[in-house]
Amino acid sequence: MKIKLFSYNQLDTFVHHLSGLTKLVCFLLLTTTVMLTYDVRIIIGVMVISFVLFKVSKITFKQVKMMMIYVFIFLITNFILTYIFSPQEGVKIYGTYHEVFTIAGPYVVTQEQMLYQFTKFMKYFSVIPLGIIFILTTNPSEFASSLNHIKVNYKACTAISLTLRYFPDVQRDYHTISLAQQARGLDLSKKEKLMTRLKNILMILVPLIFSTLDRIEMISNAMDLRGFGKHKTRTWYSYRKLGRNDYLAMAFCLAVFIGSLLVAVYINHSKFWNPFI
Amino acid sequence: MRKPIIEFNDFSFQYYSQQEPTLHHINVTLYEGEKVLIVGPSGSGKSTLANCLNGLIPFAYKGEITGSLKIHGKETKDQDIFTLSKMVGTVLQDSDGQFVGLSVGEDIAFSLENDNVPVDQMKQRVKKISQMVDMDNHLMNSPFELSGGQKQRVSLAGVMVDDVGILLFDEPLANLDPATGKTAIELIDEIQKQSNKTIVIIEHRLEDVLHRHVDRILVVNDGRIIMDGTPNEVLASNILVEQGIREPLYVTALKYAQVPIEEKMHPEHIDTIDISGYEPKVQNWFHSVEKPVKQQDEKVILDIQNLSFSYDGVRPILKDVSFQVHEGEMLSIVGRNGAGKSTLSKILVGFEKEDSGHILVDGVDIANKTIKERAEIIGIVMQNPNQMISKTMIYDEIALGLVIRGVEKDEIERRVDHIMKICGLAPFKNWPISALSYGQKKRVTIAAILVLNPKILILDEPTAGQDYHHYSEIMEFLRSLNEQGQTIIMITHDMHLMLEYTPRTVVISDGEKIANDSSAKILTNHEVIEKANLKETSLYHLAHLANIDEADEFVQRFIDYEKEVKAHEN
Repeated sequence: MKIKLFSYNQLDTFVHHLSGLTKLVCFLLLTTTVMLTYDVRIIIGVMVISFVLFKVSKITFKQVKMMMIYVFIFLITNFILTYIFSPQEGVKIYGTYHEVFTIAGPYVVTQEQMLYQFTKFMKYFSVIPLGIIFILTTNPSEFASSLNHIKVNYKACTAISLTLRYFPDVQRDYHTISLAQQARGLDLSKKEKLMTRLKNILMILVPLIFSTLDRIEMISNAMDLRGFGKHKTRTWYSYRKLGRNDYLAMAFCLAVFIGSLLVAVYINHSKFWNPFI
Repeated sequence: MRKPIIEFNDFSFQYYSQQEPTLHHINVTLYEGEKVLIVGPSGSGKSTLANCLNGLIPFAYKGEITGSLKIHGKETKDQDIFTLSKMVGTVLQDSDGQFVGLSVGEDIAFSLENDNVPVDQMKQRVKKISQMVDMDNHLMNSPFELSGGQKQRVSLAGVMVDDVGILLFDEPLANLDPATGKTAIELIDEIQKQSNKTIVIIEHRLEDVLHRHVDRILVVNDGRIIMDGTPNEVLASNILVEQGIREPLYVTALKYAQVPIEEKMHPEHIDTIDISGYEPKVQNWFHSVEKPVKQQDEKVILDIQNLSFSYDGVRPILKDVSFQVHEGEMLSIVGRNGAGKSTLSKILVGFEKEDSGHILVDGVDIANKTIKERAEIIGIVMQNPNQMISKTMIYDEIALGLVIRGVEKDEIERRVDHIMKICGLAPFKNWPISALSYGQKKRVTIAAILVLNPKILILDEPTAGQDYHHYSEIMEFLRSLNEQGQTIIMITHDMHLMLEYTPRTVVISDGEKIANDSSAKILTNHEVIEKANLKETSLYHLAHLANIDEADEFVQRFIDYEKEVKAHEN
């Protein structure tokens, strides 16, 4: 069903079986690696890893299609704007000038600029699947329990897992309300002017907010009645001890991270990889 | 000597936000192992009473308490909500909303988690408790995958896991279909027998709760306990009718037949009631009820032909459903949760698109009409009015559909005024919606749909969670609309509703139409009842007790008679 598309699904894969904490640590290590380096070889390496993980965790393209489309629109816009505002950034960085062809005026396409923009594009492109994998394969409660184990306040952890727990409910409410309002004649499609559309969306938000407030009162009562917040600590039904695979995965990601730092320090002598000299 | 477990002593309570106390001088004692039913109309104070027991009052809802309430001999206001939650386990009305965990196991464990129980002990205990409510094979399931009845079992397990002495059920039947409700009452009964817990049930569906033995009934109204007696005593008195609570149907029928209800007849259950000696009276009444003149078949307004639908292309939700609705008819569509009845209504109004089949209104296929266009032909009113209301003023809310359609201002005013008059909302023309009661809000949502002049009005569970008074108010209103010629289709699992208000019922089971007949016949047909998770009406058994063979005719005459009675009342 539509509603379940962008949320956690329990599947039997290697990635799903890792602890939430492991996945968070690995996610942070790999993204930091990519953010720090401008060496396209390392970035492609991480990208290959993330695509392999994508396959391993059995995420289908259909699940993330909408998300991917938005990401692509963003990346392409970013790509074009970078060129418009700073067509010679690559030359500045790499210190050489290999012209490919000229468009007009200062807009000369150089190999340096192409490498620079390609690298930047790939940086985002390799990180996004990691984020998707993290969200789609992590059981929110188990993740909350992991966070609590690294001393994050348990009320904050529960807030996170409850948000994820109720997200589909609110989504469903939104869907129902929006249909009911459309039946009364609200047009949310592109046929309507933007301002009117925004106003129409507001008419869905009002009932949504009220029904969500009802929901919150109910859930907080239900939690009070079952002793939430009684002690300074709590245990977690879905807590999993870290296993061998967890340590292996974290070690692997740490190795990638340290490896990329070493490459920057000893081989590239900068965060950029420069094939032009 | 019975051990007192809950003792109210001259107990009064007033919310800080209210001018008047909600509870006045309550004096009552409940004993260990007792099973007590609290009944009363909405706003009678019965929910407030329950909240005093579980500690939401005064710890979550603040207010002033006078007098004393002791649980296990200890004053509740001197404790805290956590200590109370170890003594009183509460199963809330909406089992969807109180599902805290992401899986069944996790939800049952919630209270243990908060008590720092180690994980391995917790898992064992969850396993054991889930077996008691027969949910041990679903521990990994998410709440979306469960039926209403299953969710309620999980809620129950979630409070039993604490080994509480008192179980408090706040309207446990509100969201369940009749058969599931019956099972829920049986489950509560079994648990009480096994564990000798004290059970407090708050519910206005009296007949359904009395499906299993109850020790005592407390009748509450205006914040006072008006009667405290055994079910037999309560039913033999006239107090339920006086307080606007619905009696069991067989009791009503016997009263119509001028049979005096006495305690010694054991009226608490249709299986225990003894009407010997009164059979002729019932038979006489049965023969005296005049058959209303059969109406001629009106013209067909809605013709559903071979409708099939599936969300994923694999699992069919509707299979080849066909039936017709006549102009000016009032019809019920019933079936268990997930049978496909809501999907059918969504297809009719265009929220979903059928895979095959045709929908004809007045002989015209509406396949190519958009949601907006269909709204002018078939209007739908959702179950929860809060999901539909988007304006702050009543007038604006009702006018919304017309304003969007660019109707002229004078015309809008004329039409809105007209609809407000029909819906009894005219005195509230310049009121904000927030000042209305739930039933009035429901009227506003109905008015907002009616203003578009749809030929057919669909209502999804129009009376869910309403007490008898509000139920009658909403339904009598719908009946008056219907008498003015409005065709109305209701999606429901309320058997009283289908029996009393809709002469004909279509039954959907597993996506197929399994019956299309008079409501009286359907509620006396074993096979259909079983398949659609309905329950046989007690009138059927009463007919047998009174040696009347034509049980469905008996049911039908009861309905006709009651309709007359209600028409005189108004």
